[in-house]
Amino acid sequence: MKKYFQQEIECMPHEKIRELQNERFMKQLRHVWEDVPYYRAKMQDKGVSIDDIKSMDDLHKLPFITKDDLRKAYPYGLMGKPLKDCVRIQSTSGTTGQRVVAFYTQHDIHIWEEMCARALVAAGGSDEDVVQVSYGYGLFTGGPGLNGGSHLLGSLTIPTSSGNTDRQIMFIKDLSATILCCTPSYAAFIGERMKEMGMKPDDIPLKAGIFGAEAWSEAMRRDIEATMGIKAYDIYGLTELCGPGVSFECEDQHGMHINEDYFIAEIIDPKTGEVLPEGSLGELVFTTLDKEAFPLIRYRTRDITSLTREPCPCGRTHVRMTKLKGRTDDMLIIRGVNVFPSQIETVLINQGYPANYQIIVDRVNNTDTLDVRVEMTPEMFTDNLGEVNKRQAKLVEGLRSMLGLTAKVTLVAPKTIVRSEGKAVRVIDNRKI
Amino acid sequence: MSVKQISVFLENRPGCLHEMTQALADSNIDLRGLSLAETSDFGIVRLIVDDVLGTATVLKDAGFVASLTDVLAVEVPNVPGGLNKVLKVLDGAGINVEYMYAILGNKKSETAYMIFRVDDNAKAAGALGKDSVKLLSQSELSEL
Repeated sequence: MKKYFQQEIECMPHEKIRELQNERFMKQLRHVWEDVPYYRAKMQDKGVSIDDIKSMDDLHKLPFITKDDLRKAYPYGLMGKPLKDCVRIQSTSGTTGQRVVAFYTQHDIHIWEEMCARALVAAGGSDEDVVQVSYGYGLFTGGPGLNGGSHLLGSLTIPTSSGNTDRQIMFIKDLSATILCCTPSYAAFIGERMKEMGMKPDDIPLKAGIFGAEAWSEAMRRDIEATMGIKAYDIYGLTELCGPGVSFECEDQHGMHINEDYFIAEIIDPKTGEVLPEGSLGELVFTTLDKEAFPLIRYRTRDITSLTREPCPCGRTHVRMTKLKGRTDDMLIIRGVNVFPSQIETVLINQGYPANYQIIVDRVNNTDTLDVRVEMTPEMFTDNLGEVNKRQAKLVEGLRSMLGLTAKVTLVAPKTIVRSEGKAVRVIDNRKI
Repeated sequence: MSVKQISVFLENRPGCLHEMTQALADSNIDLRGLSLAETSDFGIVRLIVDDVLGTATVLKDAGFVASLTDVLAVEVPNVPGGLNKVLKVLDGAGINVEYMYAILGNKKSETAYMIFRVDDNAKAAGALGKDSVKLLSQSELSEL
């Protein structure tokens, strides 16, 4: 079985990758300068001309593109190719308020699918596998991306899309799916349903899962792995850049390899925009290197992570980003403290509660309140009020030590928190700010 | 000798207790005894019924979290000092009573029945037996 989809690229020595990046970067920047007037104007506003950029070492001189630019330039303002050269549109759900519409040429689709195929191979996939794609199909990139990657790899693809959970389980079982692709919250939901149906990990042929499109904790990974008897891999991407596959985990499960032949990744201080050294936690910024229809220079993702060039046991040389703590969009500021839902999730799972929870933020008498609603489970319940109280207090204490602030914990009846078939809605913020 | 008690988790919101009793009524479950303990957030209802497994299934299907606990069903003389006598025995044996509640008895009035949740069922049963306090079995409970 092949260990890599494209060994020569994926394991290319760092200096060679730099060379390739540099060559592609100069070409990509020229493409943007000539074909994207919006970005050219941004460069000129900053007093930078194409001639000032001699190599990718000058990257820091270039202006950022933000979500706000995407909104202003909507829908065609950032395109690098005429519409007649494009073959596909994908779009975000717009849950954070800004809908992103991205365009693809044949070439753009091809490199995206290539990245997804690399992710599948890194998760142990080959043309012998049966890949069930339970991400939504449609404008959302999850379904089309993994579907394309699976085709390119030659795996047998089951395009179930999301929803109809009992049928998902039936397909996994009857059609011997070996790799499942969906959001982590949907994977947890499928696992929960399997348990309810009395199924054990050995009852299904799955060996791996590729779960992305939302931040999820290590604790949740362990939980899903135990419930389904699989290895669960993270995958990262944004519609703006292509979709899932921008980076992906390998068998080592220690950070996601960013496809450096297609992107330059930088970490910046989100406040000052200054580039931070390797290993620093900051905002992830991407420059595309080989995009035709939707090239982006220094695109600010609002995702918080860090990069490492530590050699990876898997042999891939591409830089790794750590598992996302969360999008800055997901981050809550409660009484001045930064809180990511994934931190709350970690505490819950470590104490034996299910990954289904809801965070309700409100403001009472000018003070922020944080209410974490957790479902009671048979394992956590006893007839003894004091004992249940004690467990509740332990949860409050666990959250306090993780977050540095006191949260209220409300225990609710099972199945009262709505399950997600796509991206979970964890936070309800009732503050009127 | 102990009997099974079913404990049910309830959210503390209007209608929650009724949802549970509705589910039991719909399945024709006869309640022998019931006690409710609550905090500001949630409550625990403890039930004594004849058909323990059937009731547990009804509750699970209706979406409630429930657990089974072994408790003692104690016959208490229905006279002044009757309960005191039972507690004296338990106290003498060093048994800790976590909670207790009365359940429906028979139509004759000489005896009352109480459920005791203690920290050591076997030890409590031994001490009570030695002092001729009668404990009910599950089937005796059903025949009340």
